[in-house]
Parts: sequence; structure tokens; C-alpha cells
Amino acid sequence: MLNVGKIEEGFVLDHIKAGKSLSIYHHLQLDKLDCTVAIIKNAKSNKMGKKDILKVECDINMLDLDVLAFIDHNITVNVIKDGDIVSKKELLLPKEIKNVIRCKNPRCITSIEQELPHIFVLADEEKEIYRCKYCEEKFTGSF
Amino acid sequence: MRHLMSPLDFTTAELDQLFDLANDIESHMDKYAHACSGKKLATCFYEPSTRTRLSFEAAMINLGGSVIGFSDAGSSSASKGESVSDTIRVISCFADICAMRHPKEGAPMVAAGKSSIPVINAGDGGHQHPTQTLTDLLTIRSLKGRLDHFTIGLCGDLKFGRTVHSLINALVRYEGIKFIFISPKELMLPDYITDMLKEKNIPYEEVIRLESIMPELDFLYMTRVQKERFFNEEDYVRLKDFYILDKSKMELARPDMLVLHPLPRVNEISVEVDDDPRAAYFKQVQYGVYVRMALILTLLNIHVD
Repeated sequence: MLNVGKIEEGFVLDHIKAGKSLSIYHHLQLDKLDCTVAIIKNAKSNKMGKKDILKVECDINMLDLDVLAFIDHNITVNVIKDGDIVSKKELLLPKEIKNVIRCKNPRCITSIEQELPHIFVLADEEKEIYRCKYCEEKFTGSF
Repeated sequence: MRHLMSPLDFTTAELDQLFDLANDIESHMDKYAHACSGKKLATCFYEPSTRTRLSFEAAMINLGGSVIGFSDAGSSSASKGESVSDTIRVISCFADICAMRHPKEGAPMVAAGKSSIPVINAGDGGHQHPTQTLTDLLTIRSLKGRLDHFTIGLCGDLKFGRTVHSLINALVRYEGIKFIFISPKELMLPDYITDMLKEKNIPYEEVIRLESIMPELDFLYMTRVQKERFFNEEDYVRLKDFYILDKSKMELARPDMLVLHPLPRVNEISVEVDDDPRAAYFKQVQYGVYVRMALILTLLNIHVD
């Protein structure tokens, strides 16, 4: 059994779908942060069979985790302070998501201008509908 | 600085001001003849559109301004691979305001984000065509004196017609509007629009034949039913005449019903209807010039006493 030590301050992202931890690592832009990150893949889980876990040692005000609500509602975000879980962070759907998903509308300007960021705006919070900022095409795929 | 990307960018109160200005322009053209003297409008048309481009150009010339621009992507630097963002930065150095048409949806919004001059969306793919909607609203308001409490029939290609979608979205902001949608099954309104109407409790009906509902209408907004939209030739042949407005169908309508059409018309309105006083589609073109004049003045923040 692999053992990864406790963190003093930061987040533990639990119940990540097995195999998805690396893409979440990139979407949270953890590669750009100068902090310790542990990526645990295929950990045993009673609930899920297999799961991934991310442990991020950082100032808890440093990370914007709302994008996780769009990526996967089921991820548990444990907030760690002084080595203990102090709370579980409630995830709210972000008003805007940038470069997480791509617009698939072939008539959208993003289909020909490669340098444009792919931005989706939350159009209906209740139905969790996101629309492309440019062409308003509804995002219908899954993450 | 303000741009126009969608007809909903303006509140109904702002639209009232814009339409008041357009009506004042209609009545006192001379007063506005030099309002934009020394100003330049750039018409950046990445795809051909004679009607909209000429309407914008006429509007600016009527205001005493000048016009520069291009009328297809081939004669612009887009053919060399220049991005919309770069083009608008350059155009911003040449002109005071820009009207942009682009086949790609959202292109004018990208331009507006980088522009130092107001950008007007003059049509972006199947997405928005706000100045057509402003034209439609001004026509209705000018000819009927109000924008509320009407039964409006929209006929033809309701699935792909962006003018229809835009007009519905703009009209739902007014009270007492009832819609009747007349189209073949293949070309019915997309669900997201009927869902929106249900959510807002706005009454609507969907019918296949025009004749039965003619007597109910205050307005009939016609659009073209294109052959290539049908799955098979047989259906097209069976249905195409349902959507041709002719004298006999006009006889079923109220004496004060008005017929609108975004034009160009092909054969969906028989030419015999043109002489009917209820045919308002050529007046609509004239209102298009007035509303674009009012829009240019508003976006350039020019006031004429």
C-alpha cells in the first residue's frame, strides 16, 4: 500500500473518477503553482471501486476550485488547516469557464481563429446549461 | 463605448428612445443631413450582402458622413489570414464606427472586444442580425403606434431563420404578444425557443397551414421556405404552396393586417400582393435606413437639436 503523507494546509480532492486526476491537475493550473501536489491514481474506494485523489499543499485562498463543479459534482473537496480537515467546500457552478471545453459549432468563430480562448457562460444554473460566449451554442457533451 | 451585438443589448426603454429618434429622422431628414459630417463608417463585410451593406451606407451618407470598407472576404486581408481581432484594430485607426458581417458566429463580438470604435453586428452566420430586428420593431411601432398586444404570425422556415428567432426574443419583452407559428414539420421552431415561451407563459400556436389562421393576425411575418431544407422532393412539392402568400389568402386577412418580410423575397409572396396596402415589406426597407441612422447617431453619441 502506497503511503502519501499528511498536508498541513491546502486541499484534498477526493472521489475523483479514476483516470481523471491529471486533467483536473491541468484545469486547476496546478502545473503553474509552486506548491507540493500529490496525484494518487486508482486508489481503492468502497463507493467507486477505484478513484483518484489530489492533495495540494497551498494557501487555501490561492485556488479557485469552482470549475470542479462543472467537471464533476461528485468530487469531495476537503479543506485542510493545521493538518486536519476543517471543512468540506461546497462547489458552485462557475459563471464562466475558460479553455476547459471547446465549442463544437463549425460555424463558430473559434473554429477558424485558433488563438481565441474557448469561453462558456452559465446560461441556466438550474438546468446546468452552458453556452459558448461567441455563438451561444449549447454545450451538450460530457466532460 | 457601446456596441450592438444583439437586439437585447438595448432595454425596451432604450429601444423606445432609438425608435423616437428614427421617427424624428423620418420626419425631419434635413435636420440630420450633416450630423455625421467628418465621420467615417467602415462596412466590413466578409460575405456578400448587398441589401444590409447598402442600407448602412445609405444611412451614413444621409447623415453627411463617409463610408469605407470591403464587401467580401476575398478583397480584405482575411484572405491573407489576418484575424478579426487584428483587422478591427487596424480599422479602428481609419474609421469612427464599424458595421461587420461575418459568416462565422461571434466574429463581431470578438471584434468588439478589441475595437476602439463602436462595432455593429450586421449579421454573423445563423446567429444574430440585430439591425434587421430593430428594423422589424421600428416598422411595427411606426405603422401601429405600439409594440404590445398583438397576434403575430411567423411563417416559413422557422427552424433556421435567424431573423425569426431574433424577432421572437425581442417581442417577448412586450406585453400581450401572442405568436402563431406556421411552418412544415421539418422547419418548426427549435425547442429551446418554444421552451422559453412556455417558461414565460407566452401564448403560442403551431400550425401547418396559413389559411386557417389568417383572420386572427395583426401581422404576418413571411420568410422563405427553401427547397434544400426538405428531406425529400415529394414533401417540398406537397407543402411549398401552403407558404406562398397570394391574393386569395390575403382576402382572409383583416383589413388592417400588415405583411412583413426581411427580404429578399423569392416566390413566397406573390407579386400581386405588392399593391395591397397591407404589404409593408418595402416600407420596412425604408425603416431599416432610419433605424440604422438612429443607431449610428446613438453609438457615436451625437445629439442633434
